[in-house]
Amino acid sequence: MIAIIDYKMGNLRSVENALHRLGAEYTVTADHDTIRRADHVLLPGVGNCAEAMANLRAAALPDIIRQLRQPVLGICVGMQVLCRHTEEGNADCLGIFDAHVRRFPDSAEHKVPHVGWNTIANLEKGLFKGMKGGTFVYFVHSYYAGLCPDTVATTRHGLMFSSALKYENFYGTQFHPEKSGDAGETILSNFLSL
Amino acid sequence: MLAKRIIPCLDVKGGRTVKGIHFEGLRDVGDPVNLGRHYAHEGADELVYLDISATREERHTFTALVSRIADGINIPFTVGGGISTIDDAARLLDAGADKISINSAAIRRPELIDEIARRYGSQFVVVAIDARLTDDGLWHATTHGGTVATDRELFSWAREAQDRGAGEILFTSMNHDGTRSGYPCETFARLAATVSIPIIASGGAGSAADIAEVLTTGHADAALAASIFHYGEITIGALKAQLAEQGIAVRR
Repeated sequence: MIAIIDYKMGNLRSVENALHRLGAEYTVTADHDTIRRADHVLLPGVGNCAEAMANLRAAALPDIIRQLRQPVLGICVGMQVLCRHTEEGNADCLGIFDAHVRRFPDSAEHKVPHVGWNTIANLEKGLFKGMKGGTFVYFVHSYYAGLCPDTVATTRHGLMFSSALKYENFYGTQFHPEKSGDAGETILSNFLSL
Repeated sequence: MLAKRIIPCLDVKGGRTVKGIHFEGLRDVGDPVNLGRHYAHEGADELVYLDISATREERHTFTALVSRIADGINIPFTVGGGISTIDDAARLLDAGADKISINSAAIRRPELIDEIARRYGSQFVVVAIDARLTDDGLWHATTHGGTVATDRELFSWAREAQDRGAGEILFTSMNHDGTRSGYPCETFARLAATVSIPIIASGGAGSAADIAEVLTTGHADAALAASIFHYGEITIGALKAQLAEQGIAVRR
């Protein structure tokens, strides 16, 4: 069973739909025991990262998440909350990935938010098994995680940032695999095979 | 590098797409999910579904349809048409829409942009502007499908929409829409210099060359088109191949 953590950060429908298309069984929950017992845990998230951290704390989830030993995948803001700190609302995050989250600098050439399809490169196996650098995936974000030892995929939007991170059993994608067409489905099914 | 996006637009009435020829291997082009899936398979980067229903009964069908689209399609999609309150937006978000497009309602009450962006994020809000170049030399935003000109001027309105929280601007020139004579690229370039959020160009595409021009000299981030795709004049794959030949970054 897959647990999708519900911490009131945006609509979970698209993640649910993607799992449904893959034929996976899932439950949407904030229940600590259900999350601990799940084979895989998904932490989606759209919106403000500081608010996401506040919601996780309100549901007493930070320590529950930190102690998970099964594969965990944070998506978009769900990845950012697994980092050390975010400039968005100057909030401390869960500190699993050794990355800081910063706002893209405003630039005429590289618009903020970074919206649309961009390529991922320097892919490590695991999430990206069977995939080639240069694959397009779908992004929507204004804040990015910098490069760090946990980086397992990179993308360039003016500057180079971490489009995916991994530390032990924790994975994170800045892009939305659930909206990234066939490439996204491959990434999600790779995660579910971990 | 961020790819320029190609976005087919599907008009929906009473739960059925109203345009579209019979594509090879696609039995029911009237089914919005089928047609959307077909375009996604061809390489569409996003889809826009526009509800052109006239009655409340037809509108009700649209929400149910949005759920089916969300379940059946693995790329982002925007829904527009008849969204005038935050409750409308919430209903479509709950049904699984990635973005909503608002137009007349935002002109009537600009605070609607703030409200939706504050609650659901800017990434959820596309502000569509149908503008017409009039005799006074200004582009005036229009409502009601371009029939009613307002005193809002394109560039200042786009800027205000951005400041209120719009995540993207979808600009249609009512002077060019349906003419298939190409886009007003100078106006697009000026719009791109006016706002920092992405711009989707709509209305006027008659050929791949028109789309290439608006994505380069017009500095648009995406091109939305309906008839050239629906009538099978060019496939999305062929269009992207032509754009790539001209050095335009597209997802293939």
